[in-house]
Amino acid sequence: MKRREFLAGTAMAAALSTLPMTLAQAATPPNMLVIANRIDDITTLDPAESFEFAGSDVSRNVYGKLVNFDPMDLDAGYGPDLAESWTVSEDGKTITFKMRAGVKFHSGNPVTAKDAEYSLRRAVILEKTPSFILTQFGFSKDNVEETIKATDDMTLVITTDQKYATSFVLNCLTSTIGGIVDMKTVMEHEVDGDMGNAWLKTNTAGSGAYKLISWKPNESVSLQANPDFYLGKPAMERVIVRHVQESASQRLLLERGDIDVARNLNPEDVKGITGKDGIAIDSELRGRIMYISLNQKHPELSKPEVKEAIKYLIDYEGMQNSFLNGQYAIHQNFLPRTYLGAIDDAPYSLNVEKAKELLAKAGVENLEITAGVRDAQERIEIGQSIQNTLAQAGIKLNLVVGTGKQTLSKYRARELDMYIGAWGPDYPDPQTNAGTFAYNPDNSDDAGLTGLLAWRNAWNPGDLTAQVDAAVIEGDRDTRKKMYEDMQREFLKTSPFAIMFQKIEQTGRRDNVKNLNLGGAITAVSYWPVTK
Amino acid sequence: MALAENSGGGRRGSPFLRHWVIPAGKTAVSIAVTMLGLLFVTFVIGRVMPIDPVLSIVGESASPATVQAAREQLGLDQPLVVQFWYYLRDVLHGDFGTSLLTAHPVSEDIKRVFPATLELATLGTIIGVVVGVPLGVVAAVRQGSWIDQIARVVALVGYSMPIFWLGLMGLLIFYGILGWVGGPGRLDIFYEDIVPQRTGMILIDSAWAGDWSVFRNAFSHIILPASLLGYYSLAYISRMTRSFMLEQLSAEYITTARVKGLPERTVIWRHALGNIRVQLITVIALSYAQLLEGSVLTEIIFSWPGIGQYITNALLSADMNAVLGGTVVVGLIFILLNIFSDLLYKFFDPRAK
Repeated sequence: MKRREFLAGTAMAAALSTLPMTLAQAATPPNMLVIANRIDDITTLDPAESFEFAGSDVSRNVYGKLVNFDPMDLDAGYGPDLAESWTVSEDGKTITFKMRAGVKFHSGNPVTAKDAEYSLRRAVILEKTPSFILTQFGFSKDNVEETIKATDDMTLVITTDQKYATSFVLNCLTSTIGGIVDMKTVMEHEVDGDMGNAWLKTNTAGSGAYKLISWKPNESVSLQANPDFYLGKPAMERVIVRHVQESASQRLLLERGDIDVARNLNPEDVKGITGKDGIAIDSELRGRIMYISLNQKHPELSKPEVKEAIKYLIDYEGMQNSFLNGQYAIHQNFLPRTYLGAIDDAPYSLNVEKAKELLAKAGVENLEITAGVRDAQERIEIGQSIQNTLAQAGIKLNLVVGTGKQTLSKYRARELDMYIGAWGPDYPDPQTNAGTFAYNPDNSDDAGLTGLLAWRNAWNPGDLTAQVDAAVIEGDRDTRKKMYEDMQREFLKTSPFAIMFQKIEQTGRRDNVKNLNLGGAITAVSYWPVTK
Repeated sequence: MALAENSGGGRRGSPFLRHWVIPAGKTAVSIAVTMLGLLFVTFVIGRVMPIDPVLSIVGESASPATVQAAREQLGLDQPLVVQFWYYLRDVLHGDFGTSLLTAHPVSEDIKRVFPATLELATLGTIIGVVVGVPLGVVAAVRQGSWIDQIARVVALVGYSMPIFWLGLMGLLIFYGILGWVGGPGRLDIFYEDIVPQRTGMILIDSAWAGDWSVFRNAFSHIILPASLLGYYSLAYISRMTRSFMLEQLSAEYITTARVKGLPERTVIWRHALGNIRVQLITVIALSYAQLLEGSVLTEIIFSWPGIGQYITNALLSADMNAVLGGTVVVGLIFILLNIFSDLLYKFFDPRAK
């Protein structure tokens, strides 16, 4: 069915782009924002549990957090939200938050430090999938009473197990799991000691710009503006996100003016509506990264010249401008752009002569390697492109296409020569990627550190491991930023990873919709600044 | 229609008892056994699948203790038969469990998605019958004429065109360019949540509430997908009608009727068509049942939140409570339609009594 759908969709897109059309126009009301999106990934709205894209979109607009990103200035990093200010103890282990006065939950209850204490403790105790974002600081079921504590209604004190960079802790608190819930309302709905989990899956109890009116699975999410929002009542009285699976259907709705924003347009449909009256296309960078990596157990692939040669044997531009057009942008560093410490350096481009020189210098001839590729269209195409360019320098690349599970289990067992992969960050702090690409405290097979990409490629990053550890505890944000920049420059030269692309999301919108920010690579969409 | 055979009845007792009460009892037993079998097979398939429902609940990073606790809470540590017994007990109380995908009770989900499909399939079938039957009759009467040829082409296109393509083209032309009908979705957003939900079928709910603007809007949204489904059932119904009619028209009683001097209209529409009613009911019921299972592709293109998409999504993510709930509903529909057509047989065909 998938293939048939795909073919039909392509045929449709082709038909759409050739037909001369004058579409009758409708318009959504001026105080209402209507969005078409795929929302079938929402399985829960509980901030302690939610770990999917469409769920984070809802959460970001419904729940306030201690600290948060300003949608109009994401580059500024986190800033105050429900916490007005904070101080860090001298030993760097304790952060004391001063709550903002006068903020209310949608229920009318005041937002206090007790609610913040409850929300963070709850996320740790419930142990749902994203709980590691908090428990990595040493919080556990058994110690939350001491480590997360409201000393009075306006003061929250959290104590980590060792010193961490303040920016690391605070960045993690901006993720969905840092959402502050209304303790009273939630506890009224507790069933069998579930801390209101069953109820919060389908209901909300926040203090954010919007409150949830309804979530109809696979159908729609309706939000109503919170008139008491502490930053002022949002201009859009209602926001309705409709589940529209098909790109072609989203496009028709957008062209007719029945929706304001279409979030899942495929490249053909984007091309088809570019330049049409009343429609604008936005491109925003997301967090996903595409890379290839070389197993350092391989006697040839571990030579520095070979690693460098292969980085010169990738047609970054050719891929970006052909089959990845509009979906991925060239990016050669492990931190996605918009992350703290991200850099734009891109020294590598296809240069077969230079690669040949490097290979000759290393004394490598007639190299034949095998790469594992998951059976996803874009990865197979990337694999074929690399196969072609490697061949130009005399390297024979065999592509072994397998299901995600097959390929991944070989990768985790360090059995592949080369892997063509993608990586998405788990939380909006550089540690999420640095701690896996450039960190490997024990490179032995027995260590079994399968969660670390460096270990999977049997790569000992040398002093980078210590640098990652140091950056995690650096208290000064600017110094920390510099540390990641330096790390990436060294990584770019020495690592067996060739990072190639960063994901772009293209969104179609009616051009009267202003200030819509999708959250870049670090957070989710924000509806409250939107005007029409 | 196997259930028709159950209507034999005993030899003694009042005619009422013989004709209605005993067959009804037999039918009830037969439904119960069929449902039980259906539940058991689906349940076993769900449990032997190599997917661990516990993992999808607690997440991959949960501790072994949490996993074990969840396993016990779900009763998954019990033998299969015991698990089935618990499940059956819950189902008899109307509790299908909670869907993993939507976090809502399955019964609530079905109450939401099934009326959407029911409304669409019913309108689709009405269109299929109203157009398909006369088209089939005329094609049979004027066998080989241009009408017959057109009917043949219409049916052929209906059989062979991918619904995905036809649906998108329909949307492009009638919604995108001409603006005659509503776009994807059941209503324009301004009309949503206005009329109180009674049946979940918006056409009926809005007519009930007397809110004709909502009715008109809902109609403008449903007419295109319903016509599309109607077209597919029309293709089938018209071909079957034609072949049933051809058989009747060559029968001797038709010649007799014509010799007697009865008007051709009466011969065709009353005598011949009257005699294929029973066969037509079977065809229509089958095609209706098929539409009620939900047409996944139509639902995707038209963003129609129906039971087809619901069951498919549930299957793909191993959401077994939702799959079982959906299967029970679809099974029930087949059984009910079976009974309904049996009743119609009795009504139309004295031999079935």
